[in-house]
Amino acid sequence: MEDNIVLTMRGICMTFPGVKALDNVDFTLRKGEIHALMGENGAGKSTLIKCLTGINDFEAGEIRVNGIEGPVKNHSTLDAQKVGISTVYQEVNLCPNLSVAENLYIGREPMTPFHTIDRRTMNKKADELCKRLDIKVDVTQNLENYSLALQQMIAIARAVDMDCKALILDEPTSSLDDSEVEKLFKMMLQLKEQGVGIVFVTHFLEQVYAVCDRITVLRNGTLVGEYPVAELPRVKLVAAMMGKDFDDLASIKPEGFGVDKDAPLEISARGLSHKGTIKPFDLDIHKGEVIGLTGLLGSGRSELARSIYGADKAQTGTLKVEGKEAKINQPIDAMHMGMGLLPDDRKAEGIIGDLSVRENIILALQAKRGVFKQLPRAKQEEIADRYIDLLQIKTASRETPIKQLSGGNQQKAILARWLATDPNFLILDEPTRGIDVGTKTEIQKLIIQLASEGKSIMFISSEIEEMLRTCNRMAVLRDGAKVGELDGELTQERVMAAIAGGAENAQ
Amino acid sequence: MLNKKKLTQQQLFLPIVCVLLVLAVNIVYDVVQGRDFYDFFKIGIENGLLSGRIISILNRGSEVAILSIGMTLVVSASAGTDISVGSVMSLSASFCVMLIAGFGVSSVSSPDEFAMPMVVGLLGALLMGVLCGAFNGTLVAYLNIQPMVATLILWSAGRAIGLLLCNNLIVYIRVPEFGLFGGYVGPIPTPIIIAAACILVVTVLLKKTALGMYIQSVGINKKASRIAGLNSQRIIFLCYVLCGLCAGIAGIVASSRITSADSNNIGLDMEMDAILAVALGGNSLAGGRFNLAGSIIGAYTIQAITTTMYNLGVPSAVSPVFKAVIVILIVAIQAPPLKAWFKRLSASKALAGKEVANG
Repeated sequence: MEDNIVLTMRGICMTFPGVKALDNVDFTLRKGEIHALMGENGAGKSTLIKCLTGINDFEAGEIRVNGIEGPVKNHSTLDAQKVGISTVYQEVNLCPNLSVAENLYIGREPMTPFHTIDRRTMNKKADELCKRLDIKVDVTQNLENYSLALQQMIAIARAVDMDCKALILDEPTSSLDDSEVEKLFKMMLQLKEQGVGIVFVTHFLEQVYAVCDRITVLRNGTLVGEYPVAELPRVKLVAAMMGKDFDDLASIKPEGFGVDKDAPLEISARGLSHKGTIKPFDLDIHKGEVIGLTGLLGSGRSELARSIYGADKAQTGTLKVEGKEAKINQPIDAMHMGMGLLPDDRKAEGIIGDLSVRENIILALQAKRGVFKQLPRAKQEEIADRYIDLLQIKTASRETPIKQLSGGNQQKAILARWLATDPNFLILDEPTRGIDVGTKTEIQKLIIQLASEGKSIMFISSEIEEMLRTCNRMAVLRDGAKVGELDGELTQERVMAAIAGGAENAQ
Repeated sequence: MLNKKKLTQQQLFLPIVCVLLVLAVNIVYDVVQGRDFYDFFKIGIENGLLSGRIISILNRGSEVAILSIGMTLVVSASAGTDISVGSVMSLSASFCVMLIAGFGVSSVSSPDEFAMPMVVGLLGALLMGVLCGAFNGTLVAYLNIQPMVATLILWSAGRAIGLLLCNNLIVYIRVPEFGLFGGYVGPIPTPIIIAAACILVVTVLLKKTALGMYIQSVGINKKASRIAGLNSQRIIFLCYVLCGLCAGIAGIVASSRITSADSNNIGLDMEMDAILAVALGGNSLAGGRFNLAGSIIGAYTIQAITTTMYNLGVPSAVSPVFKAVIVILIVAIQAPPLKAWFKRLSASKALAGKEVANG
């Protein structure tokens, strides 16, 4: 094996029941490079990584790691760590109730001669490690006291300290805000300098071009190719991922898609609030309108939406739906008023993992009908098939447990769940997070189509560009309060200025 | 398109294999003993009543089968077990008998001595079961207390309350009508009919309403179910109420068998059998997906093991040891690591076979 290569994967094949997940895929990671692994949902990125880290048992092919004779086959993440492959996932897999130092050295704590944990050495080493990687934390504090970004960096520090040659970052930035992403990138570049090979899985194209040296593209479980970043501009990358040229994203909003102030009101909230999450706010939403909620992470975007929907019951204020006073104690009440909420935390609040795709899709509709009016099985299947087809949900069958689907396809199934209830007011909280470019466009088009049918949509996203493309009005939030609204010509500058503050911009 | 599942991947495959295993032991033993190989399956009529080992298993296994219905729902919805069902059985039986005989009376031998009509007593038993279930359900669903801890209260208190109701006596109701529920209707043992009716009602309920999906959904992801419009707390509560009702029914059967309310012995340790039945049926005790048929097969498997012990002439004092060994075997072959190991084993054998053929 050449000296500058960290690891190679050759001819990897892997089948899930009914689906060929990986078909003869090659992958090479070199020393001191940041290598983006790109592909649409279900292209096989996660599967490939799981083969590498020993979570999946691949059927054919071989993995070779620099410095080790013969092929390597990992059976657990522990095996993978032993050969120098560490992974940091989107969800931080550490213990929030232990200190930073304990998390860094869990399972390999320095010991005193009396076989107790030598805390002083452990804290000292942890502190040195964090200083070296420029992570500003107090290592004796519990992990839960730090932001998700810092937790992620601590997870990376742990991986790096265990003599890792290959570091895999699976969607590390999807819950970070811009400044946090910046910090993470700095750390990645520092590790790169030290000769670590980094595999970077992300859906954010800008981020690929910001830090990566090389891109490997997968599509439908097969390898499309490996390219140096300079040779694969954005448009070509998207084309490679989708297998076709795609129409420009900017052009989906039809002409004259503005606010129709004469349209009847769908939602009218006065002084709604939920203690500790969102301060009292007023909000009117017209029929056929797409209203965006914008603000930094934690500014109260989701919380505003949840208080309308009754996911967190509003404690003050009144809500009128289509002019009628609405008493909403819990989500089902809101559903009977024609609302739907696609929550941002897909795993915790979206999918019912062990239930089939069919059951996940019809669940909300069934709940709305009531327990005694069961949808006939044939009808359930018809609905499930219709949405699997409409949203192109990639699944082995409609009876596959939803947890076996890739993240993006799970998201589509949850979206289908709400579309099936035919809502008049649909709240979409980060509907495109973790979803590939092609599907993103589809979802954005769908939003605009629903609005043109007279439905009202509330759209929350961390990507301003995406909001600009779909919304005709925006509400701006800061520190748990609604601070203003923007309509007319929406531009990135105006929105950024409004988020950042300065009341003159946000009226 | 749906792939046709292999036989070994069917959910009920292992529970059924377990039953067959127990049957096979009986058959082999019978043959060794010089009896007909079908001796086990013989169903005869003695004194106008059905008899035979199969009948005996179905009859004696009724209480656990009824309990396992409720237990399955509770496990699925709340990822916990209701350990109070044995005590609730006993409490329901005591309440029933107390209502019929009157407080402080130790024995009645004719319907003329009844303090209240028998129907009132029976309804009282069911009501008591429902109340106990509602108590457990409130603690688990609305106060978020761990199921094991919440149901521990009635597990320890249930029998004591029953004793209080019976004024510390074993109350006898020596009336044929009361013995009916543990006796025979025509030639058929009544407990079999009652268990079959319970299974039928719940099956229809799960088939014809969306309750089954609701319960599983809540058991898998409570938060997501709530966002999708389910009242997670109410569904968990309802499962505990149904479980209590099942315990009430089982209590009537058990007390009718002995025409008395023996607070200290009715349903003793039966909660453990009910939990075991759920596990033997291939259901995860971590909640979520459930399979009612599996639990019921599991319940009768437990009874079949006990009956087999008698058949083999194992002294009743040591039979728990044998039962334990069999249970370990049955649970072990269903354990995921062993399943994976079997799968690898058969895969490598198939591969070796191919290589031989090619070479």
